[in-house]
Amino acid sequence: MWRFVGIRLLQAIPVILAVITVTFFLVRVAPGGPFDGEKAVVPEVKAALEAQYRLDLPLWQQYTAYLGDLAQGDLGPSFKYPGRSVNELIASGLPITAELGFYALLIAVLIGGLAGVIASLKPNTAQDYIPMSAAMIGICMPSFLLGPILLLVFGIYLEWLPVSGWGDLPGDKILPAITLGSTYAAYVARLSRAGMLEVLSQDYIRTARAKGLPEWQVVVRHALRGGMMPVVAFLGPAFAGVLSGSFVVETIFGIPGLGRFYVQAAFNRDYTMILGTTVFLSTLIVLFNLLSDILAAWMNPRLRQQFSKG
Amino acid sequence: MFTLLLLACGAGESNVERGNREGVLHFGNGAEPQGLDPHVVTGVPENKIVRALFEGLAVKNPYTLEPEPGVAQSWEISDDGLTVTFHLNPEARWSNGDPVTAGDYVWSWRRALHPTMGNQNAYMLYPVNNAEAFATGKLEDFSKVGVKALDERTLQVTLKAPTPYFIQLMDHYSTFAVHRPTIERFGAATDRFTPWTRVENIVGNGPFVLKEWKLNRRIRVEKSTTYWDRDNVKLNGVVYYPTENTSTEERMFRVGQLHYTQTVPLDKMPVYRERGDSRYVNSPYLGTYYYLLNTGVAPLNDRRVRWALSLAADRQKLMDSVMYGVNVPAYSITPPNTLGYYPPKLIDHDVERARQLLAEAGFPNGEGWPGVDLVYNTHEAHRKIAVALQQMWKDALNIEVTLSNQEWKVYLNSVDNMDFQIARRGWIGDYVDANSFLDMFVCDGGNNSTGFCDAKYDEMILREAPRAKSREERYRIFHEAETRLMEQMPIIPIYTYTSNHLVHPSVKGLPPNLMDSLNLKYVWLDASAEAGP
Repeated sequence: MWRFVGIRLLQAIPVILAVITVTFFLVRVAPGGPFDGEKAVVPEVKAALEAQYRLDLPLWQQYTAYLGDLAQGDLGPSFKYPGRSVNELIASGLPITAELGFYALLIAVLIGGLAGVIASLKPNTAQDYIPMSAAMIGICMPSFLLGPILLLVFGIYLEWLPVSGWGDLPGDKILPAITLGSTYAAYVARLSRAGMLEVLSQDYIRTARAKGLPEWQVVVRHALRGGMMPVVAFLGPAFAGVLSGSFVVETIFGIPGLGRFYVQAAFNRDYTMILGTTVFLSTLIVLFNLLSDILAAWMNPRLRQQFSKG
Repeated sequence: MFTLLLLACGAGESNVERGNREGVLHFGNGAEPQGLDPHVVTGVPENKIVRALFEGLAVKNPYTLEPEPGVAQSWEISDDGLTVTFHLNPEARWSNGDPVTAGDYVWSWRRALHPTMGNQNAYMLYPVNNAEAFATGKLEDFSKVGVKALDERTLQVTLKAPTPYFIQLMDHYSTFAVHRPTIERFGAATDRFTPWTRVENIVGNGPFVLKEWKLNRRIRVEKSTTYWDRDNVKLNGVVYYPTENTSTEERMFRVGQLHYTQTVPLDKMPVYRERGDSRYVNSPYLGTYYYLLNTGVAPLNDRRVRWALSLAADRQKLMDSVMYGVNVPAYSITPPNTLGYYPPKLIDHDVERARQLLAEAGFPNGEGWPGVDLVYNTHEAHRKIAVALQQMWKDALNIEVTLSNQEWKVYLNSVDNMDFQIARRGWIGDYVDANSFLDMFVCDGGNNSTGFCDAKYDEMILREAPRAKSREERYRIFHEAETRLMEQMPIIPIYTYTSNHLVHPSVKGLPPNLMDSLNLKYVWLDASAEAGP
């Protein structure tokens, strides 16, 4: 098991290095620079600014210097927010986005998982079609549509919940979590339905039923663990996806999370911020993929055996 | 139990209600500020906060926009217009109690202009003698720059040419003084990256002091106890919110989270207007939306073609349809009534004349038209305007204009490299004076971007107008110069901007003005004026 984890971690290093290298050079190829604005910047001022950010050095020297800083955990100063480091900006946004992502996935697993299991019990009947159609709508409904609808109904007309903010007013986390969670809930519903259908046709389920166990016990004690395998495999990448893809929800609800930095950095040509967030998030994706593999192995006795042998 | 009860009550009270009770203004500020160092920041959201924490030698009266005393209680301008002497208010204090001195200004202007500082607004001080030479590294000795402290309270500034709007510039944050000991405590004077502007460190001299700065959440300032005019500051505090998404901002206003919004979503403006909602405030703004024409490439190198394009644009129709009647058609670069100056109007919607000019240029009824490309940065309103004009040109002149939308920085790059035929542009005046628009089009103007170059125009803008003896004479020169500019038509003016805000009825002393300039000292909250939504 540890050997497996060790190998996977070693494999991650070249992947992340490749991400850094490609991102580093790609952002430099993009037209326009961090100091371009609607008003022309005096050449001398621009030169001074470039010198402050080492942009006056040859590109390869900038690259090696960046790698050197990165090895010490320093992601550099932000271009857009002088006086703040990329580390600081990520540290300010990450806990909020992670919390939002956690609630969203919790909603996704609870609602989506329940819908998927219910649907799988009576395939191709109304009990299947209704939750699955709802899931399809969930997948198709973009958060930039669902968010404002929820806001109008619950925030403005009913005045039950705040329309923006995060942790400032009671209940302001509910609508963003539902908005972000709904798309994932839809995926989870489809995955858990497929997983459950496969498991429910297995011999050991037939055995359990033949032994006369009540149906709910068959489902909860025997089928659920195997049926949720695809969901577990999906959760790792989904959490990384939530961290990097919460931009729209954060914008609609005015949430001070990481997603906004990530997207705006590209528009601002904030080189260090683009690199910092990309490096950080790609590392997270690698780690979460690994984590969901380990979790899947732990849940699947066959794989577990393989690992303990290997 | 009591706490619970309080909590329950608190939850029912909106920001606006609580703000009115406590004298705290809840202010939609558009975006998270880049920072709060007056010599580093560049944008509008920064301006609104920096001017609460710092104060210039003179400030703008929000009703008249004329300068009035700030740190300087008075000033004199010599007869030749070249020397300005500021007398500092002896009561002017930094927020730690230190007096604000003339020496602070000399040190601060050196910092603002220093070549390694990278201050993008350093040009605001270029009217000062030798300031430009120092800022561009051609002069190393700062003592040769025209700013001197005659004593603790007297600051003498020598200008390179008479600059009638110079006092106005003293309200721009790039000319503000900063607190030397605080900055030096955290690093070199010109280091952009030090934490001196953090809540626990910053020392300012404005009517408010920084109390809380939560990244991307809010910035809270409180009334200063050391500010010289504190008795006239009515607000106890202001909370600024980074309202980047205009729809979110509008919703926050509707549920009472904000007293004031930075703007109004375009599609909501007609709704508020038709309802006659007095909370919606729309007023002229010192900015022009226009198209740049690259006069160096065919067919736009022909003046007749440029005129034809401009004459064929039905601006009024464009405003009424696409812009919901929110903005005002523009026929020249300077907005009308810029401190009493009115620009010439050479053009109007005239399809017949446009066709005739195009025919004279060799494209009768659009025949032989090589096609022209119009570049704009990705934005729904820019797209709508471009599409409407494209159709107007097609209908009136039978010519094809293709549209290219580009991501913001790509678009800036295209404009900067003159890699376009027609490009969208907007310009907001730095100060209330026609010069802020007209000096763009001098031959080597950094924001000219059209290839327009006229020696006589340069002479009038750079030499004749500054030496004019009276405002009338100066405006006459501007009018003549602007006529020369528009005769060549290197730009197609489209509309004059307006500022649009939602303002809660309890907010008083915040009049609309051409600069959209806010002086928090004048603002107060009148809870009795509260009205239902």
